[in-house]
Amino acid sequence: MYGKGILKGLSVTWKRFWDTYIEDISWLLSGKKRYFTDEGIKHRASKHTKGIFTVQYPEEQLIQPEEFRYVPFLVYDEGEEGKKEVRCTSCGICAKVCPPQCIWIVRSNDPNTGRPVPEPTEFYIDADICMNCGFCSEYCPFDAIKMDHDFDIASYERNVYGLEKLLKPASYYASIRPENYTREEEARKAKEEAKAAKAAARAAASS
Amino acid sequence: MTAPASTQTVDLVQRFPGIVTADERPGYTGFFVEKDKLVEVATVIRDEFGFDLLTAVTAVDYLAEEKMEVVYHAYKTTGGPGLVYRVQVPRVDPIEVPSLIDVYPGADLQEREAWDLFGIKFTGHPDLRRILMWEGYEGHPLRKDWQEPFFEEEAKPFKSRWPEGNHELAEEKNPFKDNLKFPQDFDPEKWVPENDEMLYESLKRYTVESEDGMNTDRIVVNMGPQHPSTHGVFRAAITLDGETITGLKPVVGYLHRNHDKIGERNTYLQNMPYTDRLDYFNSMSNNLAYAITVEKLMNIPVAERADYIRVIMAELSRIQNHLVFIGMLLNDLGAMYTPALYAFEERELILDIFEEVSGARMMCNYLRFGGVVRDLTPNILHKIKDLVFDRLPAKTDQMERLLSENEILVSRLQGVRVVDAETAIKYSVTGPVLRAAGVPYDLRRADPYSVYDRFDFDVVTRQNGDMMDNYLIRVDEIRQSLHILEQAVKQIPEGPINSQKPQYQVRVPAGEAYGRIESPKGELAFYVVSNGKPNPYRYHVRPASFVNITCLEQMCIGTKIADFVALLGMLDIVMGELDR
Repeated sequence: MYGKGILKGLSVTWKRFWDTYIEDISWLLSGKKRYFTDEGIKHRASKHTKGIFTVQYPEEQLIQPEEFRYVPFLVYDEGEEGKKEVRCTSCGICAKVCPPQCIWIVRSNDPNTGRPVPEPTEFYIDADICMNCGFCSEYCPFDAIKMDHDFDIASYERNVYGLEKLLKPASYYASIRPENYTREEEARKAKEEAKAAKAAARAAASS
Repeated sequence: MTAPASTQTVDLVQRFPGIVTADERPGYTGFFVEKDKLVEVATVIRDEFGFDLLTAVTAVDYLAEEKMEVVYHAYKTTGGPGLVYRVQVPRVDPIEVPSLIDVYPGADLQEREAWDLFGIKFTGHPDLRRILMWEGYEGHPLRKDWQEPFFEEEAKPFKSRWPEGNHELAEEKNPFKDNLKFPQDFDPEKWVPENDEMLYESLKRYTVESEDGMNTDRIVVNMGPQHPSTHGVFRAAITLDGETITGLKPVVGYLHRNHDKIGERNTYLQNMPYTDRLDYFNSMSNNLAYAITVEKLMNIPVAERADYIRVIMAELSRIQNHLVFIGMLLNDLGAMYTPALYAFEERELILDIFEEVSGARMMCNYLRFGGVVRDLTPNILHKIKDLVFDRLPAKTDQMERLLSENEILVSRLQGVRVVDAETAIKYSVTGPVLRAAGVPYDLRRADPYSVYDRFDFDVVTRQNGDMMDNYLIRVDEIRQSLHILEQAVKQIPEGPINSQKPQYQVRVPAGEAYGRIESPKGELAFYVVSNGKPNPYRYHVRPASFVNITCLEQMCIGTKIADFVALLGMLDIVMGELDR
């Protein structure tokens, strides 16, 4: 029959049209909210999604997976009395590996000896040039630079971030990447314990 | 492993004593051909040895040796390894090499590219104009002694970044006009762009006097560069006789950013995120092709689990690419948004997986030399299984129910010729378009890479080479990809995900490598030459889209102007890859 193919196709769109309403009503009946809730967004981004699947940005936002990466930041540990213990040692690996070369570091020198100290005097990231590849955080040996989740950075000016904008506490890092954070902390603890055990063994051997 | 087996069996030296010599530089394979006999040798290579598909033509500037080299990579459409032959000429202008356009018409655009970027004159080429840069441009950018605006240093990492890295903006250090090079006596006020004249000049060869002796003017129509159906800033200058296309010239380069030059400034690893930006629909495939090339050069193995992950990602990428292809094709044909949005829904779910595993939806940057960045967690693998076993097969069927039997679509697509097998091979067309014409040439089978030899799948072909076949072959390929994925997610072994230690500076021995994969759009290949330094000496991308549009003119001549949009859609071009 001529027109059968069209009818078949229309049945697909027709079914889909009703799917949205059926979904809405079934969510309503079960007492859950399909829109503007994390649960609803999660469902719409899962394999069970039916009917309309759009997310009403910016009122609703997709849930970012932990590995999502956008513009790096520097991690500092909170010491006593709110002292910022910057993890960065200004070794320069991130600046060397950066593909668009958007990381600029000024290394600190001890004013008395002139030797380099493991801390950056200045640290710039040109966020407009950054291509969000994540190499800096991947190859940082001190877990000092990490990729952020904050992607709303539109502005009227050039986004050149200095230290005051880049430094964020380790607790923030733990909040956006909990799994990575625990994994790294465990690795660090294991390393420190091994070091302590080694030192103890050496002390025991020498006495 | 680096030497293709058949270069030894094809004894060109014996066939052409004195004309052909074997390339004995360490790390190189193939043959040197005397410049004057190139066309003769290439004809024999094509006709006697059966290397009917010329995939890549490119050049290398050996500045220290004062030589310019043109490299040809020829393959057989029946499968198997390829043949590399090259011509070396002194690096003194004018550099002239005979054009292979009569033997392999597919060399057309690639020779123009080599002329544009290296300044090699291909004698006998009928339309040797610049292609990526504009006429009147000063210099040939890929020559080793050419420097770009905002030039800092020959190679990254730049010394100004560390340890005295006080930030400065490139444009303040080097304001506009200081950073541009003009031809002598160039005055922008009086400059008349001549490239359009040359373009229309090249179209005039299609002007024929009409039979009754009256001269009729052909109409020249410019489609694009700002046209919604050209998938980006693509322009085609078309001459028309009534509504019939009599000549067509693609005009590209509006999005050109000299990816090759950037690649030569970068270190090997730094190129990985840049490859994402080629065919931005399939960053996973681009990563794969580049990783394979550099691994060939470094001669390192790939961790087995990583190989499976790579196949999974590449096939997911192919599925979403073909889904978008179908959606966008229907968009081009006037079925606005419904099929496209249906396709995008599934694509979203696949991109969610990419995001979860790599950190970005499109610019994945997921592969490393020897493996991948991070492992697939059980959670992600579960999600992939859900898609592969439950959702995607059903949704592919739904897509077919929506479209494949639709009488309007069928009558629009059926019987409209795209390309026949012979022309497709002549013009170096690869990918689904070639297979829809009936040539079972799929690199996953013809020249297996990664772990594709472990999976059972069909190389789907169609016989008619019309638009309907080109549409249906994509649906078939989605099904085959799902079939591969089903096997891959079941067989994926446990183990390490990288055979190498993580390192930001890799050691690459001197030599060359040509790595190619079956990307969703055709053959995607990288040609990398190393001189042992941390940065590639030559980094060349052989994009599927760019080479495939060589055939666009042949496809369009004789068809109606209304078919142009659909035919261009069939080639599935992406400007990021085409213009590089």
